[in-house]
Amino acid sequence: MFALQCLVNAAKHHQAAGIFVAFEESPSQIQENSAAFDWGLARIPARKLFLLDAHLSASLVATGGFDLTGLLAMLAEKKQEIDAQWIVFDGIDVLLNLLQDPHAEMRELYRLRDWLAGNALTAIVTVKEVDGSPEVAHCGFLQFMVDCVVRVNRRQEERLAVRTLQITKYRGSGFAGAEFPLSFGASGIEVGGSGPVDLVQKAPSEKLSAGFPRLDAMLGGGVFRGSSTLITGVPGTAKTTLSGKFLEAACGRGERSLLVSFDESPDQIMRNLSSVGIELQKHVRSGMLTMVSLRTEGIGPEEHLLRISALIRENRPRCMVIDPLTAVAKSGHLGVARSVASRLVAMIKRSEVTLLVTALCETEGPEGESTELQISTIADTWIHLSYLVRSGERNRALTIVKSRGTSHSSQVRELVLAGSGPSLADVYTAGGEVLMGTLRWQREAEESAGKLRQVAQFQLKLRELEFAEASTSAQIAALQKELERQRAEWTLYSCERDVQAESTVLQEGELRKRRGADPAQAGPRKGANGVAR
Amino acid sequence: MKRRSARTRVASGEPTTVVVLRLYVAGGAPNSLQAIANLESICAEYLKDGHRLEIVDVLEEPRRAMADGVLVTPSLTKLSPVPVAQVIGNLSDRPRVLHALGIRSHGH
Repeated sequence: MFALQCLVNAAKHHQAAGIFVAFEESPSQIQENSAAFDWGLARIPARKLFLLDAHLSASLVATGGFDLTGLLAMLAEKKQEIDAQWIVFDGIDVLLNLLQDPHAEMRELYRLRDWLAGNALTAIVTVKEVDGSPEVAHCGFLQFMVDCVVRVNRRQEERLAVRTLQITKYRGSGFAGAEFPLSFGASGIEVGGSGPVDLVQKAPSEKLSAGFPRLDAMLGGGVFRGSSTLITGVPGTAKTTLSGKFLEAACGRGERSLLVSFDESPDQIMRNLSSVGIELQKHVRSGMLTMVSLRTEGIGPEEHLLRISALIRENRPRCMVIDPLTAVAKSGHLGVARSVASRLVAMIKRSEVTLLVTALCETEGPEGESTELQISTIADTWIHLSYLVRSGERNRALTIVKSRGTSHSSQVRELVLAGSGPSLADVYTAGGEVLMGTLRWQREAEESAGKLRQVAQFQLKLRELEFAEASTSAQIAALQKELERQRAEWTLYSCERDVQAESTVLQEGELRKRRGADPAQAGPRKGANGVAR
Repeated sequence: MKRRSARTRVASGEPTTVVVLRLYVAGGAPNSLQAIANLESICAEYLKDGHRLEIVDVLEEPRRAMADGVLVTPSLTKLSPVPVAQVIGNLSDRPRVLHALGIRSHGH
């Protein structure tokens, strides 16, 4: 299959013709087997990809020595005819085994090599292995002869079939010699390499909403485009709800999004999310959002990785959620799962997709997660959700453990799920303890009552002061009136005195006159003890 | 090398079934020359009464050989009578060749 895929790619993408010599299967079998892939093998014209039926019939009898001269002569003719640049000998061991003579086998391989060199053909020769050792006695020799050796292996590992591909030799190339996972995707063989050694990726400074404004504010404006965000928490801490909110925001901005979930159908997820006011249905209908649910049982981490990378290639999303990433570790080795998780995140980052992954942790506290998949080290932003149980209540708390390159809040907030969607509420700390839920509500009520009381007290004081001022002014007015009255009294009194004095002088004069005894001029002297004027 | 293709030899006379054989060879390759010699000897000994033998040189007629489904040389095909049989190699193992061609050897 590997060899056939090489030829198909050569024919389709590089316009290079190839010849496929099938010793094990007939061309119709090959076409049937490859029908599952999107190669369209049947549509490739024979002048681009020629399948030579070289499978040996059961009734074939071998008597004595033979050689490849004839076959090579025929192939040379065909090569001339279609100008082939590639040739595949699939299962050449079948033919060589008929020779039953190691020397003859070696001789024929030499003949093959010389022929290839003479015809300037790039060849792929496949040979079977049984229990790790090649079936052909001269595979060791074959390995010296060729320029590149690719070993495709399949083995059982923790009840999972693991296919691997390893380059064990490649002349003149600094090849990656590790064993890489291999799986079959829609377009054939997929190899899960870890990608380039150097990480070269852009670091956009654009910030995206993580779902809702309050969370964005906590994150210092949101998450960077192309960054990865990890949400950890024990079951039921609303990880999926937060990721739903993230997707809704992404679709709202008109960005293609992808949700990869595990063991839960998209319909279920949509229904559950709509109960907290997150409506994804319309985005799925408009094609903005693609929801894919993968099965976890019996599927190894490597296969998950390849499937998810195929999904990214197909859908080309700008934002993506994997919920939960820990599901890839359900089957198979934990070590493999760790490597897969980090490669997955790295691969998604390379494709500049803004990623949000959730991770289930079995223990409270973010430390539990960090030991499981160790993805927290590669995530840019890490939000941890936890439960706080107090006074018979279980409340969700949200903490931002880290957020690279942003000034984020270090405060714990309560995550409240309502019909209108999730929101974050302030938490109160009282005596070193964080208050949430009903306790928070009580505290809030207390605080608002206190505020009311303060306002009332202030009002009262104001009134009192007003009253005091009013009463003082009233007193001032009353005193003024008294003053006026006193003045009036004084005036009156002085008037009376004048009148009295006058009348007294007049009376005295009159008296004297009437008596007629005292001289009239003695009057003023006597008046000296009266009013001086 | 001398050309041997399309050489037909029909023994005269008796109305027994004629065995039609075609041998594909690759020029003067040792195995091919050996096969021709071995086959001619077998024919002379067992198929005197009726056979047709055609020898095709793959180096000269590669397209024909490919169309006929020839893989390696030398390769012998018994076209008739049915069943069709195919033998590859230099035909040095005479009992096996005879068995494959459905010819009874002497003394059986």
